[in-house]
Amino acid sequence: MKEDLVFNLDHGYAEGLCRGFRSGILKSTDYHNLVQCETLEDLRLHLQSTDYGNFLSNESNPLTVNVIDDRLREKIVQEFQHLRNISYEPLSTFLDYITYAYMIDNIVLLITGTLHQRAIGDLLPRCHPLGSFEQLGAITVADTPAQLYTAVLVDTPLAPYFIDCISEHDLDELNVEIIRSTLYKAYLEDFYNFCKSLGGVTAEVMCEILAFEADRRAFMITINSFDTGLTQDDRAKLYPTCGHLHPDGLQELRRTDNYEGVRDVASRYPQYKVLFDGSGTNTGDKTIEDRFFEHEVKLNMNAFLRQFHFGIFYAYLKLKEQENRNIIWIAECISQKHRARIDNYIPIF
Amino acid sequence: MTTSYLSKGALSAGVGLTIYAGLTYMLTNYGFRFDIGWFLLSISPYQWALIGIALAVSLSVLGAALGIFATGVSILGGGVKAPRIRTKNLISIIMCEAVAIYGLIMGIVISGSITSFMTTKPEELALKYRAGYKLFGAGLTVGLCNLFCGVCVGLVGSGAALADAQNSSLFVRILIIEIFASAIGLFGLIVSILQSNGANMSD
Repeated sequence: MKEDLVFNLDHGYAEGLCRGFRSGILKSTDYHNLVQCETLEDLRLHLQSTDYGNFLSNESNPLTVNVIDDRLREKIVQEFQHLRNISYEPLSTFLDYITYAYMIDNIVLLITGTLHQRAIGDLLPRCHPLGSFEQLGAITVADTPAQLYTAVLVDTPLAPYFIDCISEHDLDELNVEIIRSTLYKAYLEDFYNFCKSLGGVTAEVMCEILAFEADRRAFMITINSFDTGLTQDDRAKLYPTCGHLHPDGLQELRRTDNYEGVRDVASRYPQYKVLFDGSGTNTGDKTIEDRFFEHEVKLNMNAFLRQFHFGIFYAYLKLKEQENRNIIWIAECISQKHRARIDNYIPIF
Repeated sequence: MTTSYLSKGALSAGVGLTIYAGLTYMLTNYGFRFDIGWFLLSISPYQWALIGIALAVSLSVLGAALGIFATGVSILGGGVKAPRIRTKNLISIIMCEAVAIYGLIMGIVISGSITSFMTTKPEELALKYRAGYKLFGAGLTVGLCNLFCGVCVGLVGSGAALADAQNSSLFVRILIIEIFASAIGLFGLIVSILQSNGANMSD
């Protein structure tokens, strides 16, 4: 309780600002207007009346979906970096932890690009700005994970996550995905422990969100690995252990071979049973990924119901990203004139 | 409570030494040296009264300051995206400020009762000591009540500012909660005036 008394001393302004940003998230009436647009120019016009304002006004015609994607991402990066700049400890460490996920994505993007013989100049602009660090450009010189570690990553914040990945195998397609999953597992568990050490409402809110993220990754790794050469033991090394599924559910997931088996494991946990029941693999049903997105949005919205904690910063970033995905989905449907599934965005408000 | 081994050790050592000293005095027949009555008598009533004034003003101001800070930063943060809240939410700041004013009033009231005395007769001295204790109690009451009241009004005001930024109809409702919160400071003021009533130090 006593952190309620002193929270505002260091983080009150940042919280007020973040809640102000959150009130600019598009509502259902805005989405109704957007799905009725005929062209991307209409979309730009409708976005001008929302919190986005004139962010697309300097773009030349014709407008493409890639340009919209870049501008949306730029806006959210600007807001996040402003919050990071005005924050004090321990909020700044918390925001730094959020950026490590983007660093992992950038590293994997660069390694994959190098394997496909693309030039470094093409790849660097495609990296996510929130995940940039000084040694990013030097990643392309490494051939094996061991070299990658000793040459590049040992000075970055990602160094402790890399311990499990060091091996002398060359970097190739399958290995890169395994590296991504291993890094992400270590990062998620570290973030979970950090939030737990912060205690109070932050721990309550964030640990629930991160536990769901861990379980979602376990499910998706299992489902996506069914037809690949990944053995059950290798798969089990990639499951994050900070979720509700640990340890029994993860053991069960390790032994399943098909989608029905995954569904059985999920049915033992009431919150996941509901998600799997509402989805299906037929066309016209919602996929399980969509249900996971909806659940994530619900958890992030609930974070805003409590005051004096850090969870709202994480939740705001994730909700804005979901909104960006929604806008790009609608924009793609409009630009390809394939409006049948334009309503399949995930509503936030 | 996350106390380190060092602080636990220091605390146990302190308690141990106190028990040792107390037992030594008691068992060697020197227990009369531990004389609380002598200690209280040797503190002049002026000391009590003036500490009362210090507590009244300083604790009230501390409460008001924490409250104004808590509300002020939320108004600043929320006012970036919703500038309309800036003026209306100054009411919360004014209610925090009122808490500091209660402390000021009691400080002045208590200091008005402090006068010098020359008597040495025990039955009259007793009345002077009573006056000193009453003024100390009055100052402590109003100080602590206003400390908690100020912090409470500040935290509720912070919530009111952020809620107002999202939905302007919520402000008046949360203001009612703030009014109840500032009433507890008023209770402290009333009891403190009753305590300092009749504290007469003059001959």
